Amino acid sequence: MSEQTIVPSAEPTAPVMGPAPTQEEDGRGWFSRLLSSGFGRNLGLVIALGVLFAIGAVTAGDRFTNIENVLTIIRFASIIGVLSIGMTFVIIGGGIDLSVGSVMGLGSVVATLSVVQTLAGQNLWIIMVVAAIAVGTIAGIINGIVISYGNVVAFMATLAMLVGARGLAEILSNRTTQIVRSQSLIEFFRANLLGVPVLIWIFVIVAVLGWILLNRTTFGRRTVAIGGNREAARLAGLKVKRHTVYVYALSGLTAGIASVMIVGRTTAGTSTHGTLYELDAIAAVVVGGTLLIGGRGTIVGTVFGVLIFATLTNIFTQNNLNTSVQALAKGVIIVLAVLLQQRFAARTRRG
Amino acid sequence: MDKVDHAVPLLEVRGVTKAFAGVRALKSVDLSIEAGEVHCILGQNGAGKSTLIKLLAGVYTPDDGEIIWRGEPITITNPVAALDLGIATMYQELDVVDGLSVAENIFLGHEIANAGFINRRKAFKLARDLLRRLGHGDLSPNREVGSLSAANKQIVSMARALSRDTRLIIMDEPSAVLDSEEVKNLFRVVRELTAAGIAVVYISHRLEEIRQIGDRISVIKDGRSTASGLSVTETPTGELIRLMTGRELENVFPPAPPVPVDSPEVLTVTGLTVRGLFENVNFAVRAGEVVGLAGLVGSGRSEILEAVYGALKPSAGTVAIAGVALKPGSVRDAVNHDMGLSPEERKSQGLLLEEPVYRNVTLSTFARFARFSFLNERAERSAARTQIEALELRPADPDRPAGTLSGGNQQKILLARWLVHGTRVLLLDEPTRGVDVGARAEIYALIRKLSAAGTAIVIVSSEIEEVLGLADRVLIIAEGRVLATVAASDIDEHGVLETVMEGSAA
Repeated sequence: MSEQTIVPSAEPTAPVMGPAPTQEEDGRGWFSRLLSSGFGRNLGLVIALGVLFAIGAVTAGDRFTNIENVLTIIRFASIIGVLSIGMTFVIIGGGIDLSVGSVMGLGSVVATLSVVQTLAGQNLWIIMVVAAIAVGTIAGIINGIVISYGNVVAFMATLAMLVGARGLAEILSNRTTQIVRSQSLIEFFRANLLGVPVLIWIFVIVAVLGWILLNRTTFGRRTVAIGGNREAARLAGLKVKRHTVYVYALSGLTAGIASVMIVGRTTAGTSTHGTLYELDAIAAVVVGGTLLIGGRGTIVGTVFGVLIFATLTNIFTQNNLNTSVQALAKGVIIVLAVLLQQRFAARTRRG
Repeated sequence: MDKVDHAVPLLEVRGVTKAFAGVRALKSVDLSIEAGEVHCILGQNGAGKSTLIKLLAGVYTPDDGEIIWRGEPITITNPVAALDLGIATMYQELDVVDGLSVAENIFLGHEIANAGFINRRKAFKLARDLLRRLGHGDLSPNREVGSLSAANKQIVSMARALSRDTRLIIMDEPSAVLDSEEVKNLFRVVRELTAAGIAVVYISHRLEEIRQIGDRISVIKDGRSTASGLSVTETPTGELIRLMTGRELENVFPPAPPVPVDSPEVLTVTGLTVRGLFENVNFAVRAGEVVGLAGLVGSGRSEILEAVYGALKPSAGTVAIAGVALKPGSVRDAVNHDMGLSPEERKSQGLLLEEPVYRNVTLSTFARFARFSFLNERAERSAARTQIEALELRPADPDRPAGTLSGGNQQKILLARWLVHGTRVLLLDEPTRGVDVGARAEIYALIRKLSAAGTAIVIVSSEIEEVLGLADRVLIIAEGRVLATVAASDIDEHGVLETVMEGSAA
């Protein structure tokens, strides 16, 4: 059926209205408009990252401010980064995925199983990649089905997957570290493309695809709608349950990609890969401005969140501070970031 | 009581202003409230009523102007200060804690305790006394509040107000969640309160209620007092509407043109049953016809609508559109066959409050505008804009978050959603709840135009007058059964209630 239009009544009940007022006319200043724009929402993150860079430059000098080190930071960030892109969708969709770290470990184990490696040989290592990604996606689909059709709370369903996937990875690997035999796989992940490491390229590609998916496609719109108001989405005729499965499958897919990346970086697969990565990913997403209750979030914010934590780690390493201090600082930053986000959210809403 | 001086009003508000982020919500409001009166505050949504209440409740402090309490200028810095003065507020969304008992809720914040240990026995007894005073001695102070009906929650909220030495109770749309029996009880309680010298500030959109319960009326329009302390009995309705809207308003319900005799049957509901909620509901709606479901809160009318839409899975029966049976319990299938629902709870069931208006309008159609799954936001915005202009949405800004619009305009967003989709059957659940008088008339006119254009409409409302005014035929429902189907012109509000009472008794 085609669109309907109600013709305004012949007798005007209110002053005839011209075209809707544009942004310029509605009385808000350019500054508040800037703040409420996409750029403004990430302004705080840009500033935070800038401040971190300044601190790094002051405390570590040239060791910090060279292109090699910047690439190191991003390279370090890339694996968590890929996980965080998937996590962004899950959280915007009103859920949570605690299983990504251990699914990543499982993926790395399956990819490096003797059977898979034998099949792959030296040059067909794409089989290992496909295996890892398939494992991740299947785990995500299982999460989604349990949550959507089993009506299990996302926290518990993915917690079960966290424990279960890790256990399965231990069984499959017999708790050993499985070394990658394909030299060409190792070379691929060690290579640079246009001076930039392959791991970073993967992160960039995943982030760009994620941005397009979230902002330009019906998939992204459905995710935001379901996270923003599940019941309204359902009553508007969206397939809420099915879409929820897709969202967790996407998160599993990114976990699969991340497991390939870590296999490439460490040249081995083991059940301990990715331990606690889910928490780093969630922290990066939330610090990046995505609401933990769902309905609102950005990929750009998540990328900043990931970079902020990676930069922080780098600064601490450059200054020879131990990991315990790092963890403490991370905790403080998470709380500060969320506090700032809430302040800001409250202000833009009222404005 | 210390110094009682009847020359001094209980509460006076003089020239109060309040701005948020540069927007002036209150420009100049005056109010004078006497002890023992029911003072009604009228105003359209967005006029500033909520802001005024929050100033009196200590949630906000005024930028300018004076609040005078029993002859002395005061500043109410926080909600506890307001309670200490004797000003209690019953908010529209009742602020009771579902997980606590009735007694615990009543004494929340000033527990009956010795050295931090709650004296349960004393709290129970005092709570029982308060409930008796409110005519609800049957309500056990040990009941968990979450298990109570909205009406009983309201009683708990009122008991809490009385548990302190309260002189003024502000009630923000207390009748919005009540059916007519419960409203009667509310009024009885209000009369008892005023007889005891307590003043009540009563806020409602329903003029007929104000006529029944109010003593004096103050009107606010666009943050300004347009009238203060009018007598309820001497001010004609037309005058009140003019003060609220700034324009005359007549004939609230536009006349209904007769449905053409050859108009085809679009919606057919046969033997629809949801076990435990309602049974064997049969009705049909022809193109251009409006059918109303009338009944009390809890009669099953909203559930019937939800089951027709597929949002509730029926245990038996079928729903068909133009002869094609729908998949039971599938909203998706209903929407695909051009059925739309405007749900009862706009905010929790209808809208994405943080998202812009246009995305709310296209929530059920954005995929249609997309190509290969890529959104076409330009086309979406333009389709939304067409409806925004046709429905005279205010402000007419497609990019504003839906949550910032008034109730009436939020309702228009939902209508716009189904207009963009194109519907043959439109189900409207409480289309004017929380909508002010001016916007109501616009929504009524829209419903008329839709039906004139051939849409089959089913409407549910707790205001029987509204159902009778809009519908061609009315199904009278009580306790999950359809008692009668009558032409709206053959029955009045009294008749509907009579049928309901008799049917329930049987």
